[in-house]
Amino acid sequence: MSTAVLTPTASPYRLREYHPFEAAGEKFLYLVPSGAIFALDKIGREVIDQVGEQDLYKEQLVQLLLDRGYERRDIESALGELENADVILRGAAAPQMPKVPDATFPLQRIVLNVTNQCNLACGYCYEYSDDKISQTAGKPKYMDHAIAEASVDLLIRESASRPSIHVTFFGGETLLNVPLLRSTVEYANRKCAEAGKQVEYSLTTNATLLNEKIVDFLAEHKVGVTVSIDGDKELNDKMRIFHDGRGSYDVIVPKIKMLLERHKTNSIGARVTLSAGVSHVRRIYDHLIHEVGFRAVGFSPATANPDRLYSIGPQKMSAVLGGFEELAWEYRDFAVEGRQHGFTNANDTLKELHSGMSKAYPCGAGLGLLGVGTAGDVSLCHRFVDSPVGKMGHVTNGGVDHEARQDFLETHHLGARYDCHTCWARPVCAGGCYHEAFVHYGDTSAANLHYCDWIRGWNDLCLRIYGEIAVKNPSFLERFNEN
Amino acid sequence: MNSMKPINRKARKVEAAVIAATGDVEALQKKGGEGKIYYPMGCTLNFTPGWEVDISGGTAGLCQPVERDLFDCHLGCGWPAQVPDHLNNAVDWTDKCASAANDWRKVDIVFP
Repeated sequence: MSTAVLTPTASPYRLREYHPFEAAGEKFLYLVPSGAIFALDKIGREVIDQVGEQDLYKEQLVQLLLDRGYERRDIESALGELENADVILRGAAAPQMPKVPDATFPLQRIVLNVTNQCNLACGYCYEYSDDKISQTAGKPKYMDHAIAEASVDLLIRESASRPSIHVTFFGGETLLNVPLLRSTVEYANRKCAEAGKQVEYSLTTNATLLNEKIVDFLAEHKVGVTVSIDGDKELNDKMRIFHDGRGSYDVIVPKIKMLLERHKTNSIGARVTLSAGVSHVRRIYDHLIHEVGFRAVGFSPATANPDRLYSIGPQKMSAVLGGFEELAWEYRDFAVEGRQHGFTNANDTLKELHSGMSKAYPCGAGLGLLGVGTAGDVSLCHRFVDSPVGKMGHVTNGGVDHEARQDFLETHHLGARYDCHTCWARPVCAGGCYHEAFVHYGDTSAANLHYCDWIRGWNDLCLRIYGEIAVKNPSFLERFNEN
Repeated sequence: MNSMKPINRKARKVEAAVIAATGDVEALQKKGGEGKIYYPMGCTLNFTPGWEVDISGGTAGLCQPVERDLFDCHLGCGWPAQVPDHLNNAVDWTDKCASAANDWRKVDIVFP
């Protein structure tokens, strides 16, 4: 083969944005911002190693690869692929940001705060603690039927052509308002049948008020249930207490076992809130799975100003990540054997990585999801219900305030969170929870910089686990395919 | 793709976009599996003779010269083949070629 005269073209190759990782002896790329995961073949690895080491013009790179024994046709097609998949580029990269959705983005879910009252007094609760932002003075303690029905009407109206919608019941303690639950489910079933839509339900409860009649109702209507519980008696009763200071563990566990026994028509998960004294991830997981009988357990640190005594703090947080890591590898072992593991945090992240989600917003708040307070005020999400921040209309008085919603979506878009623009984890994080940001920085649009390292560490871990499962038991990942 | 293999769902979408941008007509290039003859599928109609290979994989059984192919690309097809197109650039390219089987030598080179 004759050697052509090398005339450098416009610019040398440079690497674009991606996060490399290794799993099961293979090299992978997590592309940013697309969220695509690729396993590198030999020539792909070679190109990236070379481009990473030095500035190379196309002709130089081709020659280098020819010298290493690759065929020109393979080199040309590899370079074309890597350039078109945004792995390498020549010249300056234009910043790539997801679009702002237009004002007609259809609603998918409403969260009804059916009461702002609670029979527990958990120290870290964002509705009642020192960091609370809701202003419930002058608002009804319980949502009434008219408001709940108007909320369902609003959801059906604002969901446009979506075939399926979702109503979540929330509190306070949700089960303090069971009559409303019953009437709203009946109303929504009827209205959705008329509108030709599917409707699904879920609720969050502290389990103190569960009884067989309620559980049978939940099972009959396939209501997904999330139970707040923080582990064994010692750990749970540190924060999850009644108003007189008694712990709730002994009251709730028999009721939870009854719930798990009687309700089989939808998922029932445990939700653990981690705080300064409650950070024993492994111990809590084992107790809730093996002793109580949950099949799924998820963990989340309490949202708290760092000055609060119950705030988990950076040191405990690394211990928590250590616990997460242990459970995540156990999840991997289960997945390789084709078994389901109950660590919800790993399951949820792997599902997002599998679809290759690339978020413009950290969550659906204000986008596909809105919260409704007891008086019918519409808000960004359940955490902002009855707060002056994130107000977005009223269910009977004017409906959704589309102008406020659009304004929120424009100012909270990833494109406006400049701190995130150089972070490889932004496709899955997108800056983090608005409520967390508000409590820490007094600004819903701030990026949650206090947990960036933690988020990157967690996502890197989940990518490596994803890679291992993809190599060793790829059929396991098919369960993540449905939506 | 020969440089990397898609793993997640988004990667498969990226792969489809990359192939659309860089890929060629695979049917004209890919070989059949081991021990199999590959019969190309392309833009000419099934009953249009003139593919480069006959059913045995050779050229002996072709009923018209391979140059017959040019007519399909030149006249009937909008495919951006490297053949002078009848639509815009080489309207009279085949004027002297009444019958491809006999006159194909009269189809001359075209300089764009």
